[in-house]
Order: sequence, then structure tokens, then C-alpha cells
Amino acid sequence: MTQSFKDKAVIVLLAAAAAAFTITFIAIEEQAEIFALILFAAALVFAGAKFGFTRSIAQSLSRNERLMNVAVIAATLVVIFWFREDHFPLLMIATVMLYVIACCGLNMQFGYTGVVNFAGAAFFGVGCYTAAVLGDTSIPLLLVIILGGVIAAIVGSVLIIPVLRTRGHYAAVVTIAFGLLFRTFLEVNDTLGGPQGLGVSGMNLFGWDFNNNIEITENIELSFYLNYVILALVMVILTFVLMRRIERSWIGLNFDAVRLDETAAACFGINIKRWKIVAFTLGNFLAGTAGALYAMMLGFIAPSNFAFSDSLILVSIVLLGGMGSLWGTILAAGLVVLLPEKLQVIQEYRFLIYAVVMILILLFRPQGILPRGLRAYIPGWRG
Amino acid sequence: MAQQQETVLAFRELTRRFGGVVALNKFDMELTNGQILGLIGPNGSGKTTSFNVLTGIYEANGGSIEFLGQDITSWPAQKVYEAGVARTFQRSRLCLELSIFDNIMIGNHKRLDQGLLFNIFKRKALREQIRENHEEARKLLKIFDPALADKMFDPVGSLRMIDRRRIEICRALISHPRLLLLDEPSAGMTHEETRELMDDILEVREMIDGLSIILVEHEMGMIERVTDKCIVLNFGQKICEGAYRDVASDKLVQEAYLGGE
Ligand SMILES: Nc1ncnc2c1ncn2[C@@H]1O[C@H](COP(=O)(O)OP(=O)(O)OP(=O)(O)O)[C@@H](O)[C@H]1O
Ligand SMILES: [Mg+2]
Repeated sequence: MTQSFKDKAVIVLLAAAAAAFTITFIAIEEQAEIFALILFAAALVFAGAKFGFTRSIAQSLSRNERLMNVAVIAATLVVIFWFREDHFPLLMIATVMLYVIACCGLNMQFGYTGVVNFAGAAFFGVGCYTAAVLGDTSIPLLLVIILGGVIAAIVGSVLIIPVLRTRGHYAAVVTIAFGLLFRTFLEVNDTLGGPQGLGVSGMNLFGWDFNNNIEITENIELSFYLNYVILALVMVILTFVLMRRIERSWIGLNFDAVRLDETAAACFGINIKRWKIVAFTLGNFLAGTAGALYAMMLGFIAPSNFAFSDSLILVSIVLLGGMGSLWGTILAAGLVVLLPEKLQVIQEYRFLIYAVVMILILLFRPQGILPRGLRAYIPGWRG
Repeated sequence: MAQQQETVLAFRELTRRFGGVVALNKFDMELTNGQILGLIGPNGSGKTTSFNVLTGIYEANGGSIEFLGQDITSWPAQKVYEAGVARTFQRSRLCLELSIFDNIMIGNHKRLDQGLLFNIFKRKALREQIRENHEEARKLLKIFDPALADKMFDPVGSLRMIDRRRIEICRALISHPRLLLLDEPSAGMTHEETRELMDDILEVREMIDGLSIILVEHEMGMIERVTDKCIVLNFGQKICEGAYRDVASDKLVQEAYLGGE
């Protein structure tokens, strides 16, 4: 067997295994079975790391990036169509995807550039409220999603001066304060529904109503959430393309330089403020677009969706997956969103468990579960 | 060389204080095209501070800096770099988790296309730029160490100290500066390594038109061998200036070094 054939086989098998695992994980209900499945997966991961499979698989993947992308998308489609008739699994999958987009925004901000943002849920929320307010107007809803991002970016600009002026803990405090203010503002603001929140009209694309189930034949009716999952998948793909292109360019390099050593960066002409503003704005834009579709999908939003704890969840996804690591973000978003839904024990002690996991990660694996690799400007090219 | 007496850099009564400490005290200095200046003095005498004030990391409290005929005294670091000043740091300041290539390209910032739209949408032109600059960085690094040039995509954190110093110098040289500031480049190297490093720097100097260098160094052999003139600082003040031979035999200088505190 040639190496390239082996690589391809590894990728296809891996994608198939991942799809099968995800389907099983989402489908089973029995708590004991879910535990067993998680333990099985953990054992596989540890064994893989111990016997060096992980490294050789990682090499196969990095040599065939395009095939890997295609395989991941195909696996996702398989999972989606497996659950084509079931509302709840599709809702969960779409939620994971929208969290992935919002966390990509955070990755742009502090994974790449080191700009902390503990108000991620607030920017996601700006997107949600944009969809609620503009959803009933004559503005095309696809445009409303983009406007959700634009308005989140604009709202974020009030934070730019404090974010540029402060560093580390202080910047964290500033963004936390902003997140709390945002929620309080929503609660007292009657035009935005106050504490009760607002209804949001569903997505409608060129006359195709996303909130209707899709009737194929008399016996086959697909869940309307399928519409949302597919649109969310398209948005995730676009977000990934943007993140990748930025990372693999001089801009990604500037971001890294700003994060790692501001003084040295300044001595080589890198405009610290400019790149922090670019990262902060793009990141909030992404969070806002995710929020807008999320609101349309749920049909209803309230200030309680955008608490500080929700911002913390976004941050913990980024840390868990690995700062700046895109695949890590997907894995972590999947774990953080799905595990509490599947395991009632976790549901109850949700935040306690998050806190413990976060501390363990920061102590023992600060680079996250799937650490970001070195920048490969051109995939497969090493000079 | 006789006609190239153009002044590249001039300090006039340059002063910088940190609280009660006068790190630079009315420092006057002039550097001409292509010259190599040795800046020496005991610990804490203000050598690094003069680099930091010149490159815009610290503001001057008094006096002025002129570079290529422009008053750059209060310019921010970025603008000073754009004008053609590049430096290394006494305590290496590379980005350890980035590759060798990344680190060198940070130094090349002004020659790369930094537009947001260019970087996101003009992928083909960007790739071309990446390949060209990779080739150039490779050539430069090859002068210092051919083995390093084959490891362009290794993380800098995995390299030995001496290789990191070489990369830091390449990062400063890649943008073809007019003035190179070297802050103790040989720290932690053996005599032989120091000699090699300086030979490499001199080789590069031949390739960059009119490059002037200020060299801060404790290793006097190196100062003697490469500098055109020397300035001795003590407590932020210039106490002596001239060719190394004259400076080394100066009474004040010997006192500053031997007389302790
Ligand atoms: N950021 C700072 N804050 C306070 N004091 C400083 C700072 N930077 C330098 N100093 C002080 O200024 C004086 C000059 O320091 P500088 O680093 O320029 O000395 P140096 O000649 O480079 O010494 P060395 O040979 O040890 O590198 C010292 O007394 C130092 O303590
Ligand atoms: Mg010093």
C-alpha cells in the first residue's frame, strides 16, 4: 500500500467512525449506555495517544487537508440525515454549530490575538435581538443574519477603547461588566420585551419557510430543523474558510505577534491597536451572525439566555478545544453542548463540573485537547 | 568610503530618567553611513536604554534624536522601524511557539502586503508573496547557518540559544534596515561562536547598502575587531569616545570598569 492510499483510507475510516459514534451518542437514551460509550471513547483516545496512533493519524490528516475537509462535511451530512425526522437531535446539532461559529469569533479575539472577551454571550445576544427586531421588516432574512453580525460589531466598538487601554485581568473585568450591563439593559428595556423577551420570526429563504416540516411523501416528513441545520452548516463552512484564510496570511502572523509580544511587535512596525480592533470586530461579527440564526431557530429569546455564565461557556469551549484550534473548537463545542443534554448528572452539577474541567485543563493541558499546530501558510508546502 | 560621510544618526543631549535614576544623561552621539559603533560600559550604564529610547519603546525626557535628517525623537516604535531602524534584544524576544519563518517574517512587516482584503481574497498573489519571501529568508539564514535554513517551519522554542540569536539577527536584517542595533548578540556564546557570528554579520553588511551598526557588547575582542569607533557610557553619561585602542587605554574608562561602583 502506498502512503497516500493509506492516508486516504485512514481519513475515510476515521470520518465514518466519527459519524457512527456521534449518531450512537445522540440516539441512545439509557444513562448507563451513555456512560459506557463515553468511557469507551476515552479509552480509545488514551490508547491511541499511548501507542502513537494519534500522531500518525494526525500526520495523515495534515498531509491531506482537502480530503479531510470533504470527509468531515460528508460525515456531518450523514449524521444530519440520519436524524432527518427528529426535532430534538437536529436542534442540538444546529446549536453545536452556532456555538462553533461564536467560538470561532472568540478564537479570533483571544485565541489568535490575545484580546480577552468575557462578553461573548452579549455579542451573540446582539445578533439574536437584531433578528427579533428586524425579522418582521421587509429586509431579506439572509441579510438580517449579516446585519446581526454588523450590529454586534458596532455595539462592540464601544468597548474598543477600554479593550485597547487595558490588559489581562483589567480587560477581563471590563468585558464582564459590559456583559452584565447588556443583560440589565435588556431587562429594563420595554421596547425589547423586557425580562419576558421577544418572539422571533423564522428564517425564510426566497419563499422557502424554514419553520415548516418538509413533506416528501405521505409517510416521510422531515423535521423543519433540517433547514436550520443545513444553513448553520453552510455558515460554519464559511466561517472556517475565513478563519483559515486569516490564519494562513500575514494577518494571522500579526495577530500572533500581538498576542505573544507587543513590544517586539511594535519594534517591527506592527500596529497593535489596528490588529486588536480588526480581531475584536471580526470576532463580534461572527458571534452576532450565529446569534441571529439561533434566535430565528428558537423563535423566542429572553435576556436570561445571555447571562455571564453563557459567556463563560463560550470561553471554556475555546480553552478546552485549544486556543486558536478550529478542530478543537468543534470537538469542545460538541462536548460542552451535548454532554449536559445527554447526562442528567451533568445537567444538575453543570457549572461545578465545568469549573473542575477548566481547572484541570489549565493545569495539565493548557494547550487544550486538540492543540493548534504551527502555521502552514500553504497546506503541504514546507519550502 | 571617503565620500560617504553622511550622518545617519545623531543624539543631542538625549536624557532619560527612571524615577531618581538618570539612565541617560545628556548623551551626544553621531553615527555616519556604513559605520560600526561599539557602545560599551559597565552594567546599568544606559546602553540598552539608549536603544529603547531610540526605537520608541521609551520616550526621551530631554534632548533629541535625528535619523537620516528627520527628527524622530517622539516617534512611535512602528514609525522608527518603517524609517529603517531594526534591532535585537538583550534578552531574546522571539515568539517561541511560532516557526523560524514566522519569526523572520515579523521583521519583514513593512515589505509585506498587510491589506485585509488582499490577505483574505487575493490568495494567489499572497502565495506568490509567501514563496518569494520564504526564498529570501532562506538565503539570509543560510549565511548564518545552512542547517537552520532547512528547518524553516520548526518552532523556535525547540532551538538552541545560539540559533535563536541568529534568527533574531535575521529578523532584524530581513527588512534591509539602514541602522541595525545589536544588544549583546554574543551573550552565552563561546569565543569561536562569537567570531563566526560577527563574520556572518559583516558578510550581510556587504549586501545591504550603507548599513550602519551599533553594537553593545561586553566581549572586548569582538569590539576591537569590528568597530570603527567606540563610545563608553557610565551612569548614563558619555565618558569617552574614539577608536577602540584609544578608548581602552583611557584612564576614566579603566576607572569606570575597574573602580567598581
Ligand atoms: N524600565 C525601567 N524601569 C526602571 N529603571 C530602568 C528601566 N530600564 C532601565 N532602568 C535603569 O536604567 C539604568 C540603565 O539601564 P540599562 O538597561 O540601560 O543598562 P545597560 O547599560 O544596558 O546594562 P547591562 O550591561 O546590564 O545590560 C539602570 O540603572 C536600570 O536599572
Ligand atoms: Mg543592557
